[in-house]
Amino acid sequence: MINERVLNTLIALLLLVVPLFAWQLDEPFIITLATKAAILALAGVGLNLALGYGGLVSFGHATFFGLGGYTMGILASHAQSFTPIMESPFLIDGTKSMPIIWLVAIVISAFVAFIIGLLSLRTTGVYFIMVTLAFGQMLYYFSISWPAYGGEDGLSIYVRNEFPGLNTLDPIQFFGICYVLLMVVIFFMSKLNSSSFGLALNSARQNSERVQTVGISPFRLQLVAFTISGAVTGLAGALFADLNRFISPTMFSWHTSGEIMVFIILGGAARLYGPVAGAAIFILLEHVLGGLSEFWHIFLGAILLLVVLFAKGGLIGSVSKKAASHG
Amino acid sequence: MGNVILDVRNIHKQFGALKASDGISLDLRQGEIHALIGPNGAGKSTLIAQIAGRLKPDSGCVHFLDQDISLKSTAQRANLGLGRTFQVSALAMENTVLENVVLGALGKRGKVFSFFKSVMHDKNLLSQARATLERVQLIDDSNRITAELSHGQRRQLEVAVALTLAPKAFLMDEPMAGMGAEGSKKLTKLLRQLKQDAPILLVEHDMDAVFALADRISVLVYGKIIATGSVDEIRSNPDVRKAYLGDEEAT
Repeated sequence: MINERVLNTLIALLLLVVPLFAWQLDEPFIITLATKAAILALAGVGLNLALGYGGLVSFGHATFFGLGGYTMGILASHAQSFTPIMESPFLIDGTKSMPIIWLVAIVISAFVAFIIGLLSLRTTGVYFIMVTLAFGQMLYYFSISWPAYGGEDGLSIYVRNEFPGLNTLDPIQFFGICYVLLMVVIFFMSKLNSSSFGLALNSARQNSERVQTVGISPFRLQLVAFTISGAVTGLAGALFADLNRFISPTMFSWHTSGEIMVFIILGGAARLYGPVAGAAIFILLEHVLGGLSEFWHIFLGAILLLVVLFAKGGLIGSVSKKAASHG
Repeated sequence: MGNVILDVRNIHKQFGALKASDGISLDLRQGEIHALIGPNGAGKSTLIAQIAGRLKPDSGCVHFLDQDISLKSTAQRANLGLGRTFQVSALAMENTVLENVVLGALGKRGKVFSFFKSVMHDKNLLSQARATLERVQLIDDSNRITAELSHGQRRQLEVAVALTLAPKAFLMDEPMAGMGAEGSKKLTKLLRQLKQDAPILLVEHDMDAVFALADRISVLVYGKIIATGSVDEIRSNPDVRKAYLGDEEAT
């Protein structure tokens, strides 16, 4: 058994060291894999707040991932074609600036998560899963049938967006951006988890009646958690779009929701680094098993089954004892 | 007799053909323990649920501190000062004992939506939480995970969490349930002290505890209160003996 903090530090270092080595060895493909892992981990960290800490099994986080992606796609495509997004009642131009894109992605995802939360948090259990899924699918079909931004074919952005002072097309520099964002968000999540909001949210997951009996409304806690959760996953979506320089309705599809959930299950729900470990394992498996067979998802399924049956706390849960969550 | 703190007025609640509450009126006054007894299926849990806010009555109302709270949520009622313990312990089992009590103190203080300050380093909340743990004699177990506690200790913890709210009235649903003789005795002593803080509406099966503690007893049978009175009045009431106590007295 390893202390969870030590394990977390190891995971964070590993995710940093691997691409740095790859950079030294001039292996950009490995850097790209690590970048993908960091971005997907960020999406998972977002979902983990709702699913792991809040106990809200959202099967619709692709909604926010896709919204982040399309925010980037729409802003950048207008910037590359020099056409404004709208002219009246006021002018909105596209942009290639990453910080602005991130901010817009976060605000839009948070807003939509708030609305979806407002409607779906009145239900629980399987109904909650279905309502969140329904919202995701709504946007999925909308994106397919909206020709302005590529419809079914998706949309390519030819040059990666800009970040002041950096060359974002250099893989290691883009990795650096994603890694720093991931660490900042994880730091924020660790603060949040040990705050009074975190204590109340964790208690509400375990026993909703307990929280009500001390005068706290679980609904509000969950709504705030869901909103922050959606915002973080939206940010990840914007980064993912920038990594691929391409967006498509797949980002909205329920496969994407499922994959983000898989990261959490593999790594460990309600564990700070659970989604990071999970996303890294996922990318590793995709790369290694995917090289062996086109049907690598069968192996993934088997591994997932083993984790769910024999290692309920995921990777982190099985190799480390639960750290005092509010220490 | 002190002021009326909690006043249940002519409550009706029906599930299909079953009248779970059939015109129940009941009050709780300052400084007393008012016990509610009745055979299984008499509607005790339904009544508690309506006072605590989980169920809304079909008609009638609940007044608390001269305010109609019939339409308020459980959380709002707790904020007004209704402290409750559950028949089946409702605690955050994965959390430590101290975390459970701090949650209570947090509920009392408000300001739940603070995202950056570590709640377990908040001196005010901690000192309140520790004081209540002292009172229920759980302070030595503060850092244990709640799931590891014995049944009796969970009961004590429930009371401690309710205490952190500094409630104006306690609502206790079978606090003695499943406790050994030793534990019951300890809890009886604690409840006797607690009624100085706030009056207690006590739903209880343990007759020894009820007779030892209660200032007044109400007997609920088939959704109706058939008698209210002192321990002696209830003991000698023929209807009550027939409906409920008969079996107990015989054994």
